[in-house]
Amino acid sequence: MLKDITIGQHFPGDSIVHRTDPRLKILLVIAYIVLLFTINNFLGLALSLVLLAGLYMLAKIPLRIILKSLKPIIPIIAFTAILNLFFMGGQGEPLIHFWVIKVYKEGIAYAIFMAVRIVALIAGTGLLTYTTSPIVLTDAIERLLSPFAKLGLPVHELAMMMTIALRFIPTLIEETDKIMNAQKARGAMLDSGSAKDRIKAMVPILIPLFISAFRRADELAMAMECRCYRGGEGRTRLKVLKFQPHDWGTVTFCAVTFGLVWATRFVMPGVL
Amino acid sequence: MAAIIETRHLTHIYNAGMPDATTALEDVSFAVEEGDFVGIIGSTGSGKSTLITHFNGILKPTSGQVLLDGKDIWAKGQDIRKVRFAVGLVFQYPEYQLFEETIYKDIAFGPKNMGLSEEEIDRRVRRAAAFTGLPEEYLERSPFELSGGQKRRVAIAGVLAMEPRVLVLDEPAAGLDPEGRDMILSQVKRYHKETGTTVLLVSHSMEDIAKYADKVLVMDQKKIAMYDRVDKVFARADELLELGLSVPQVTKIFLKLRQMGLDLPQDVYTVPWAVKTILEAKAREEAKGEGSTC
Repeated sequence: MLKDITIGQHFPGDSIVHRTDPRLKILLVIAYIVLLFTINNFLGLALSLVLLAGLYMLAKIPLRIILKSLKPIIPIIAFTAILNLFFMGGQGEPLIHFWVIKVYKEGIAYAIFMAVRIVALIAGTGLLTYTTSPIVLTDAIERLLSPFAKLGLPVHELAMMMTIALRFIPTLIEETDKIMNAQKARGAMLDSGSAKDRIKAMVPILIPLFISAFRRADELAMAMECRCYRGGEGRTRLKVLKFQPHDWGTVTFCAVTFGLVWATRFVMPGVL
Repeated sequence: MAAIIETRHLTHIYNAGMPDATTALEDVSFAVEEGDFVGIIGSTGSGKSTLITHFNGILKPTSGQVLLDGKDIWAKGQDIRKVRFAVGLVFQYPEYQLFEETIYKDIAFGPKNMGLSEEEIDRRVRRAAAFTGLPEEYLERSPFELSGGQKRRVAIAGVLAMEPRVLVLDEPAAGLDPEGRDMILSQVKRYHKETGTTVLLVSHSMEDIAKYADKVLVMDQKKIAMYDRVDKVFARADELLELGLSVPQVTKIFLKLRQMGLDLPQDVYTVPWAVKTILEAKAREEAKGEGSTC
């Protein structure tokens, strides 16, 4: 049940997407998000999806995994699509006119456009987390943020907090699973009953989970101190990130394709 | 006697269909009879824990069946909670499941879920607490004030209070000192004797199994390697050693002695019995010796 959570899950592999410098990947994902929001026509949107699909194929991540990660956000997609569908004004006669509800052609187009955009957004950021292990990812974030250390931002501490938090997600999920099983074995009803019953049923799970999280935090702090951890100052790394030749290839490839996608605005009329 | 728990061709695959799919159990078929005390042993990763979490329907078989009283627990119309009340499962390190303000309330969690009356819950809580050796005055204390061993007893009492017909314990003595371990295991044994409850005990310790169980189920590589009476299993000490499992130290000594050419039985697994057989053998030797001098 909890194992079905795939957002933020790492999917190991050895493709070019996996091997790309994580700093570059983060920047490219940000660029991709910006691109998604500047696209104003269906051609561009379709192209950006094709590009993403190609990268997913290159990374050898099965479609099933992507669909699974999209499952939890279906309500959000549906919500935005419906809002856009009903509240989008348009020229000409509404296609459907019922009581206060008016659906225009533009509304339908925009609803589809927004839905696809959100899907691309999630799938795009998903590619980053699927192909980059959490530790490497936070490492890259630390490096990218390091200029801000001069301004007094505790970059190393933030990165360490993120690393620890990410590292403990699987542990805590496993722990939750165990506690849930133990309470189920005592007849706890977790997946039936009214909303109030279900919230009540969470208490026997959350209390042991919190206690164990505090205990683990204590133990980890102790273990870190035993190994003389004293923050980021003077700390060297086992794996130093280096920009490889193939990373320049990736930069060029993405610059060209992103540019092409963006340029579609001159070819096709915008949705809005 | 009729089988109370039975598995038929039980197979379980974790993450089935995913790239990291791992088979944890393969074609496991066996039956436990009512009133048995079965020890389950096997090295780490042999599938013991996966097997026992099938008995009360926490895990659903990938294929095959789990039967309680001859009925498939996953058959349509079966209430899985009834199965969980009939088969009480104590997980490894159960003390981490405690959550209530008082020990009393925590032990009462299971019976409360069964929908019993206040008086019945009260009776069961006190009975379970007594069985696990928790003093009455502890009941109103917070479970978080207790020591690790005491917490574990509270957790076991929480399952006993459901008065299950089958009690399954996954390494109830793990991480306890020798005294705590003997105490918990002998309490389980006493509970088994006094109530006739069927008990399945997972343990790494051959000594414990030899001391408490009537039958042993040996798991190896996701399958059942042996399932028989304790003496018959320990008679195959050499095979057990080959599986990377240990045998009780006495059995090991007897294996060595037999290799040295002494005429001793091979199914000895407790110290008192070993003493008896050695004395008998000695008597036989002496009798033979006297016979030859005549």
